Amino acid sequence: MTNNHPAYWAFLVHRVSGIALALFLPVHFWALGQALEGAARLDAFLAWTEQPLVKFAEWSLVLLLAAHLAGGLRVLALEFLPWRDWQKTLAAIAAAVSLAVGLAFALAL
Amino acid sequence: MTDRALKARVWRGAAEGAFREYEVPRHASQTVLDVVTHIQRVLDPTLAYRYACRVGMCGSCAMTVNGVPRWTCRTHVDKAAKNDRIEIAPLKNLPVIRDLVTDMREFFDKWARAKGRFEGNRTKKDDFARVRPESAARMQADAGIECIGCGVCYGACDVVSWNRDYLGPAALNRAWTLVMDARATGRAERLRAVAGDAGCHACHTHMSCTERCPKNLSPTAGIAGLKRAVAKAALRGEL
Amino acid sequence: MSARTETILWIAQRASAALLAACVLVHLATVIYAVQGGLSAAEILGRTRGNGAWFAFYSVFVLSAALHAPIGLRSVFSEWFGWRGASRDIALALFAMFIAWMGMRAVIAVFA
Repeated sequence: MTNNHPAYWAFLVHRVSGIALALFLPVHFWALGQALEGAARLDAFLAWTEQPLVKFAEWSLVLLLAAHLAGGLRVLALEFLPWRDWQKTLAAIAAAVSLAVGLAFALAL
Repeated sequence: MTDRALKARVWRGAAEGAFREYEVPRHASQTVLDVVTHIQRVLDPTLAYRYACRVGMCGSCAMTVNGVPRWTCRTHVDKAAKNDRIEIAPLKNLPVIRDLVTDMREFFDKWARAKGRFEGNRTKKDDFARVRPESAARMQADAGIECIGCGVCYGACDVVSWNRDYLGPAALNRAWTLVMDARATGRAERLRAVAGDAGCHACHTHMSCTERCPKNLSPTAGIAGLKRAVAKAALRGEL
Repeated sequence: MSARTETILWIAQRASAALLAACVLVHLATVIYAVQGGLSAAEILGRTRGNGAWFAFYSVFVLSAALHAPIGLRSVFSEWFGWRGASRDIALALFAMFIAWMGMRAVIAVFA
């Protein structure tokens, strides 16, 4: 297939993670906004997030954020740095950084 | 090798049509263009395709081979076929006239829209322009100058299929070589022509153009240069 | 929309991306540090209440995100969903304001 190469995969991950993060942002802000109604309200919400499925969703979001960050740095490097032959290395570094952050968060949970 | 046969599925028709299968004898160092030529000369003279030089100079024989856009005259069957099967279709993102022949007008019209034509301000009475080959700008221009206009990058680019107004990698690469050309005039108009959603800023660095360019050029690098040059002009109020 | 405006949007997208890159690094480090041993309102609010540097940092973070996300969605809408033109741009401007408002509301909620 025409699109089966590292830079295209990097693009797809970047775009899909970006869409997911854009959808998540309002929810995240709403959750933190619970503090407006007092610490107890926020604690009630935090207790809800202790469920395994929610934990897994949180882990996915952190992974998506790390992936979007790494993919974004790849784009900025491609667009603003003089380059020739290391584009594939960039895609690999982006993947490695996202995985490392995902793993660190999983261990911290 | 010659006793083996290649099963070639070839697109017949225009926008509407279907693949037809042909059996073509295999030869050593056989190119995809050889396969198409065999079909047209021996098996089915109604097959329409386009080629001229057969040696990778003219840029007229690009087709989609097993899903990947390629210059067929320099693509060996050994490299492109899988299990003695090959699928040959017209180049993507362009209207099909018939069989393997695409209408390349929009591709070249976009070169014109991107101000891809060289215009200088010297006459034959002036001395030669002196351009140092090792100057940074000239080296950037040289890196993109060998384009043969085959349309492989245009057929490979998803942004072209998602955004019909997008000028595409070849036209933008051409504009970049002129922006980097010390002799070329009309820089401001050229930057204006390649700005925004239909121009360089639509590129998402998929790099399919760079991946597939048979001349190993990197339109992505040139487009990145245009993005910066246009952005600078916009910030200076020159756009 | 003119090619000039589209170019300005591209610049805004990249500039906010550069800011966000720094913010996200700090945010991820904070998140990984903070989730150890579980989260509680007291812990979060203890870190954030009355902390001016924290407030400034997260205000920049929220406003960059409010700029960055809608510009990204602009391409997604036209390329993947065929939604172009003024209706898309107006909807996204509203989305940007919504994100900025929700975000600043959250920042203030844990600061004040």
